[in-house]
Amino acid sequence: MKRRRLFVTVLLFVLASIVLAACQKKPQYTCTDPKGCVEIKPGEPIRVGAALVFSGGAASYGIDSKRGIEIAIDDLGGELLGHPIELVAEDSQCNPEGGQAAAQKLAADKTIVGVIGTTCSSAAKNAAPILSEAGIVMISPSNTAPYLTDPATRSPFYFRTAHNDKVQGKVAAEFAYNELGVRKAATIHDGSVYAEQLANVFAEVFKQLGGEVVAQEAVNVGDTDMRPVLTTIAAKGPEIIYFPIFNPEGPLIAAQSKEVEGLQDVKLMGADGLFSKEFIEVAGEAAVGVYLSSPDFSAFNPERYDAFLKKHEEKYGEKPISAFHAHAYDAMMILAEAIKKAAVVLEDGTIYIPRTALRDAVAETKDFQGITGNLTCDENGDCADPHIAVYQITSATEWDTTDPEKSPVKIWPK
Amino acid sequence: MKTQLRLMFRAGLIGGLIALHLTLVGMVEALNKREIIEDIITLGQLLLMGVGLGTAVYALGKLPRERRTQREGWWVALGAVSVVALILGLLALAIKPLNLRFMFQNASPALVRILTFDTPGVLGLVKLWAFLLFSGALALVYLYIPQPWDRTLSYAVGITLLMGILRALVAPLLPDIISDFLFTPSGLTQIGAVILVVLWVLFLHYWPDFKARLETWQKEAQTPQGAPIRRRLNIAFLVAILVLLLLPAILRDKGSYLFEVLDMVGIYIIMGLGLNIVVGFAGLLDLGYVAFFAIGAYTMAVLTTPELPFVRQYIPPMNFWEALPIALLLSLVSGILLGVPVLKTRGDYLAIITLGFGEIIRLLVISDLLKPILGGAQGITGVARPTFGSFVVNESWEYFYIILVTIGIGIFISTRLRDSRLGRAWKAIREDEDVAVAMGIDHVSAKLTAFATGALLAGMAGALFSSRLYSIAPHSFNVLISINVLCLLIVGGMGSLPGVVVGALALVGLPELLREFAEFRLLVYGAALVIMMLYKPEGLWPEKARVSRVAREVFGDRLKTLKVE
Amino acid sequence: MWERLRYRLRYVSGTDVALWIVAALLLVMITVGSYNSLTSGRYTGKQWFDFIISGLAQGSIYALIALGYTMVYGILFMINFAHGEVFMSGPFTAYFLAEVLEQRGLFETNPWLALGLVMLLSMAVSTVVAVSLERIAYRPLRGAPRLVPLITAIGASFFLQYTFRGLYTPGFKAYPEVQPLKGTWTLFGLEIQRMLIAVFVSSLLLLLLLYAFVQFTKVGRAIRAVAEDQQAAALMGVDVDRTISITFAVGGAAAGAAGVFYALMFRQVNFFMGFFPGLKAFTAAVLGGIGNLPGAMLGGLFLGVFESLGPSLFLEGLGVPAAYQLKDAIAFTMLVLFLIFRPTGILGERLAKRA
Repeated sequence: MKRRRLFVTVLLFVLASIVLAACQKKPQYTCTDPKGCVEIKPGEPIRVGAALVFSGGAASYGIDSKRGIEIAIDDLGGELLGHPIELVAEDSQCNPEGGQAAAQKLAADKTIVGVIGTTCSSAAKNAAPILSEAGIVMISPSNTAPYLTDPATRSPFYFRTAHNDKVQGKVAAEFAYNELGVRKAATIHDGSVYAEQLANVFAEVFKQLGGEVVAQEAVNVGDTDMRPVLTTIAAKGPEIIYFPIFNPEGPLIAAQSKEVEGLQDVKLMGADGLFSKEFIEVAGEAAVGVYLSSPDFSAFNPERYDAFLKKHEEKYGEKPISAFHAHAYDAMMILAEAIKKAAVVLEDGTIYIPRTALRDAVAETKDFQGITGNLTCDENGDCADPHIAVYQITSATEWDTTDPEKSPVKIWPK
Repeated sequence: MKTQLRLMFRAGLIGGLIALHLTLVGMVEALNKREIIEDIITLGQLLLMGVGLGTAVYALGKLPRERRTQREGWWVALGAVSVVALILGLLALAIKPLNLRFMFQNASPALVRILTFDTPGVLGLVKLWAFLLFSGALALVYLYIPQPWDRTLSYAVGITLLMGILRALVAPLLPDIISDFLFTPSGLTQIGAVILVVLWVLFLHYWPDFKARLETWQKEAQTPQGAPIRRRLNIAFLVAILVLLLLPAILRDKGSYLFEVLDMVGIYIIMGLGLNIVVGFAGLLDLGYVAFFAIGAYTMAVLTTPELPFVRQYIPPMNFWEALPIALLLSLVSGILLGVPVLKTRGDYLAIITLGFGEIIRLLVISDLLKPILGGAQGITGVARPTFGSFVVNESWEYFYIILVTIGIGIFISTRLRDSRLGRAWKAIREDEDVAVAMGIDHVSAKLTAFATGALLAGMAGALFSSRLYSIAPHSFNVLISINVLCLLIVGGMGSLPGVVVGALALVGLPELLREFAEFRLLVYGAALVIMMLYKPEGLWPEKARVSRVAREVFGDRLKTLKVE
Repeated sequence: MWERLRYRLRYVSGTDVALWIVAALLLVMITVGSYNSLTSGRYTGKQWFDFIISGLAQGSIYALIALGYTMVYGILFMINFAHGEVFMSGPFTAYFLAEVLEQRGLFETNPWLALGLVMLLSMAVSTVVAVSLERIAYRPLRGAPRLVPLITAIGASFFLQYTFRGLYTPGFKAYPEVQPLKGTWTLFGLEIQRMLIAVFVSSLLLLLLLYAFVQFTKVGRAIRAVAEDQQAAALMGVDVDRTISITFAVGGAAAGAAGVFYALMFRQVNFFMGFFPGLKAFTAAVLGGIGNLPGAMLGGLFLGVFESLGPSLFLEGLGVPAAYQLKDAIAFTMLVLFLIFRPTGILGERLAKRA
């Protein structure tokens, strides 16, 4: 009996102290937001989720984006409105179930203000509705599927800084048809949502313009020997090959196309998934002459991207490992701007972030000077700079986006 | 003296290598961002502490019990830990002058700061040493705590820390007032940690009493006078089951994430039950099990989505209940179709063939060839959800009931088949196929039934999976799923039904909860598999060898010495 | 006559008939596809030749990895699932040496020496990984039920992948170019990439070396003895543990060499690079007849050629869009057919009686 009394006493003590602690809270601000508010007391961190892919073959895209976010947080001084920023990373993998699980986990955490992610469009399809339901703003650095910002299917809290495939594929086709004057094209995708969509949009627009698409081929992620597929394409006699895929399959195609008879003089064109120094490192001299579409760097101050690269190398001991670090950096910066705009700051330093107001603040982003261009969010959540340029690689060793004279050289629009 | 020195260095080197591995793969630095107890210890430090503690325990374990608490024990344990400290200290010193970062990307200045506790110079190294000495000393302190309390206390501390790590699971389930008080966004508050330890100590201390009382009740209930107790126990049991069944509905708002995890675990349990029939009962090693899962999922998706104009010309979109039997039938038939060609192969060849089948299915799904029918790389959106009248099953906790029922059916099928004539035929084939055939067992139909039943359950899991997700993508159906299901069977205990549940919880549930440690999830998963196989190869919940009454009478005590694999 | 046929048919079961029908269907598809492709005139003779050449180069890399698989399988009857990671560990580590050597200009001034050093390091690392793998993870499990080592190997495979990813980088690293291996050589009036020839010839050499080692040295004899019968070998004074370690070491070294070839040919390394080639190499080992060294080589080459030739030859003739995407499907279909109709592989398996 004695033992039980001890137990009850301790239990009572615990309950009493919890009640006491709870009573100390005094509401100073009444939240009227339909999706609720995030309350951040003095000294508590502002928590931002990062739902990206960290495992499996696509992991390098996710880690690349995460580093972009971390550098953005460093550039903000690690804090916002006097509160430290804390990044909560969750693996959303590259499939619907991963996106759903990561989103559920983040949505269950009431302290999460916003989420940067996901990496893959297939994961976003499931993550976006869940996060929107919970009132959490989601900005993706690398989703490109048109579905996600289609007015009919879009989730209200969803935004992205990556280019909609519809925009980029169209630019590429117009450039090939009008500027290069080619009439026969071949496309290669790698079975990813991004590449397949881009290749299809390109083919559609190219046909509308009056060109002919002679071959639509595909490789698998992880393939290394591209000669067979290139030989197949060579037999169809295209004037340009459009391969909007990633590293390392992209540079392998560029390199091996020089070894395939009949393709030595065919023009090669890729998309922003390949726009990084790694492309020339793997492709070597074969990279010279390749066209890559990318955000227009001359539209803004390129030194900032240069500074970003320096910080990256310092912090992680290597160059960016994939193509979406800059988009992620901008996504984080846009979120930070919006938090500043939407937050209600009380005298003691407590801040309240009304969720819908935060969403509206992101949606109102206009002429934001990011490192991927001048970002303006449209009514469907597409925030990427609509100015897409086509660059040409002119050197196998040099990669400098700050100097307009050096490779890659912007050649379109003039 | 010499053996002690050798032991000290051996333990220290092993611990040091593990510590080096953990720091250089970036685990310590990444986990250091998470404070488990506010302002006291981070997860990264906890990891290093674990290495120190482990080293000391290993070293002490090699000493005879009575010498552990003598001076010798102190020297060996603390000496071994000091070797770990030395190795980590050397790493911290070497990073900058040797430019280790050129090769090891995690050998960063930030890592040095963590290892030296933000203190430059010799003082930092001393701090590192002291920290590791402290963690090693914990092992020695344990030896001095009197008997029942040592266990109680260490378990209580362990469980409390685990609650801090799994905060995302525990905290949302508690009322807001309590969870705000006990938990910070990343871990436990200081006072919360103390309270939890105290509560767990009390709980663990009184648990044996409670258990003993329960057991006496049970015993009393079996006596002729125990009717009232029996009735009370039955009622308590019923109430407990009812509460368990209602729990999802009660927790639905708080536990949306919990049920997300449980749904995934449930789907893997269904698959595990199916594969258990193929591998566990019939002994056919199948590495391409994902194929049937994909067939079930894609049939459900193709038949019910409003997308895919090519298919919609011929078939209008169905609802869930119309599509389900077709999905099940198709996976059953494909199980038989894939079963026929592999009938003639055995063992590892069978594994490789089935692996090939799994890959072929995945490649076909993703291909441009079947894009008009299967959606290609973009996958399919708009899969139907189950409906009951006008009620649409939508939330994860609602799906949980359906999955639970399916698991029930799966377990029913499994047990009935296992104890049937067919089950014994499978067992015979598993043990020795040639003998089984010679004894007149029809191995063709036995094997095909095993494949078909396994495929049926996987197809069911797939149909639920795609309906629950609303959209599916081809990248979900890769060889890792087959491997994961097989691993959960083996971790749980081959052939054992509770083992399937335990294995799924361990290999699907835990990694799901640790999603935030994403970068290291598969690293830990791999290490855990190896360690598990080395130290507990029979699984967490092995199947008890069921010995027939006749055999017991014939062999008597000698049975114990018979090996059962 | 009629009697005899009926007598024979008694031993034909329903499954046999089903299999024959499947095989006949596939055969018809292959023939029609090939006929259409060959007669359509889409490809010139030179292009068909190119398909075969690039297939041979890819196939020699499969073959080199397959050697390790087949040796381990022959001796332990276990699928060393982590062999692909052994293959990855070598060149991934050696990249850093290559990078230093390139910065110092050794790849310009003395490319063969540089290549040799890189190769040596890669082989050493792969050997160490393979041997420690055996020592730590597999040795304690000898004699356990067959599934246990398989699961251990799968676990080890994940562990190694993510360890190297954590240590070095989750991204790709680009290998330096070797000047003398660039460009083409003309053989029999046909231009062929030097790289392809180099890889093909070196893998043939390595195979011969390995074969000679296993056939003609004392250690090789010990390996064969252990593969034949462990207990008898032990009784004859062969140190079984040591022999198995050596087998792993040799297989690891071959994988390390293969890794460097891979890195030179495709110019990039990363932590995931061993996974799919590993799977393919095991397929190749089975195709050639497991436990059989020349079989592994032949199986690898066969698989490589099939993958490169198959999509254009069989599938395109049948009007399949983006046929190349399905090359792995062709490879696995081949494997399935082979295992059904000739389960001992091309050259026949060489396995001892199971203990």
